[in-house]
Amino acid sequence: MWDFLQTYGPRLFDGALVTSAQFVLAALVACAAALAAGLGRLSAFWPVRGLATVYIEIFRGTSLLVQLYWIFFVLPLFGVSLPKFEAGFLSVGLNVGAYGAEIVRGAIQAVPKGQWEASYALSMSPAKRMRRIILPQALVLMLPPWGNLMIELLKGTALVALISVPDLMFVAKQINGATFRSAEAFGAALLIYYILARFLITPAMRRLERVMARRLGRA
Amino acid sequence: MDLSAYPLELPKGDCPMVRFMNVTKSYGSLVVLDNLNLDIQRGEMVSVIGPSGSGKTTVLRMLMTLETINGGVIYIDGKPLTHMARGGRLVPADEAHLRRMRASIGMCFQHFNLFPHMTALQNCMEGPVQVLGLSKAEARARAEELLAMVGMIEKKDQHPSRLSGGQQQRVAIARALAMRPRIMLFDEVTSALDPEVIGEVTEVIRKLVAEHDLTMLMVTHQMGFARDISDRICFFYKGKIEEQAAPEQFFTNPQKERTQQFLRAVKDAD
Ligand SMILES: Nc1ncnc2c1ncn2[C@@H]1O[C@H](COP(=O)(O)OP(=O)(O)O)[C@@H](O)[C@H]1O
Ligand SMILES: [Mg+2]
Repeated sequence: MWDFLQTYGPRLFDGALVTSAQFVLAALVACAAALAAGLGRLSAFWPVRGLATVYIEIFRGTSLLVQLYWIFFVLPLFGVSLPKFEAGFLSVGLNVGAYGAEIVRGAIQAVPKGQWEASYALSMSPAKRMRRIILPQALVLMLPPWGNLMIELLKGTALVALISVPDLMFVAKQINGATFRSAEAFGAALLIYYILARFLITPAMRRLERVMARRLGRA
Repeated sequence: MDLSAYPLELPKGDCPMVRFMNVTKSYGSLVVLDNLNLDIQRGEMVSVIGPSGSGKTTVLRMLMTLETINGGVIYIDGKPLTHMARGGRLVPADEAHLRRMRASIGMCFQHFNLFPHMTALQNCMEGPVQVLGLSKAEARARAEELLAMVGMIEKKDQHPSRLSGGQQQRVAIARALAMRPRIMLFDEVTSALDPEVIGEVTEVIRKLVAEHDLTMLMVTHQMGFARDISDRICFFYKGKIEEQAAPEQFFTNPQKERTQQFLRAVKDAD
């Protein structure tokens, strides 16, 4: 095991870096898409509502792998070709964003009605009401489910190996192919995914939850 | 609905601050307010009392434009609130008209509804900065003055979760006043409070009545308080004004059978 790590450790580390980059970029895409679609679902304007619903339905109702292949292999046929790295995090981000949109919508609707009415009574415009009063409170409500979603997102990034993005999973498969030491190669990958999820993402989300709770004067 | 019978504006001079003109409100087939006519004069304090479900809250919410109305017109200072003049006729008000008009109305709720992610001071600065466009410094000065008036200046940097119900309600009153409304609405602002802190909120309202020329409409269950500070009592029963009179007259010599019943019932409960 030790000699395996000495030989392949650096490559696994590079793979983990690519996975981390995919994670961060996909998370940004997911946040933006979730916010846009979540707000879109609540829009008073039906075309916006329709567009958001179509996005959410398509990305939640079909498999991430198929979406990935569509974005990487099929979109070029329509003249939109993306490099594999971009296609990777975009697919994962859009997929997770569709689930996130429902979290955003649910959290916004869970903000007590009295908060809408109090800001209405102050004559706040709908945009200001959303940005200054409703969203900050919705954010606190959406953080716990959002933390779970981020773990799912990390796991989802493993699929980008299938379009040859050199992430952790891709490196593990390569090492396995060259050495047939499956237990070590996939064991190391397993461990690294676990460490990323358990010791980076979860504590970061917890911390964020605490900071937000303090902002509400609760802590 | 035929709106041609309603004037585009009430004649200047002695027009009331608030006029409900044949206002009807229903939820589906449930008629909550039936052909309501009510004038409130400039600087007048009117208390609305009545059994639960008689439509008291709805009157306030319609005035705050939180509810749309199904018939009639509401005028504020002679100008239509629920409608606007277009091409010489009244048409239902659009969002911009409502926002402009409701700027002169402030409302305090039974459950305070302070913004939990802001301190007391920030709660009172939010409207003036974001809606009226005051500078931070101006808004802060105004907010601190009002927080001092309601006796909450020491707690100005606390979040609502750290304040008692009575303290939260006083901040909520300051927040509404910071918008410099000409009409204030109070919907059972002491109903959610522990008995021992009710006094600190009613004191603030007393002060407003004594020192400001606000027009006020207050829904309350506190008969003694209403009697003390009101210019007029309006008794609602099943979506209609059953009886209205000056407090002395109303409480000592109620004319209607239903009013007498109601007053007996609340007295027994005390
Ligand atoms: N959003 C609503 N939908 C349906 N019915 C409502 C709604 N709001 C109020 N009502 C009904 O309208 C009537 C008057 O309510 P309200 O004005 O709150 O009474 P009060 O404040 O005098 O207790 C009640 O019968 C109540 O059930
Ligand atoms: Mg009520």
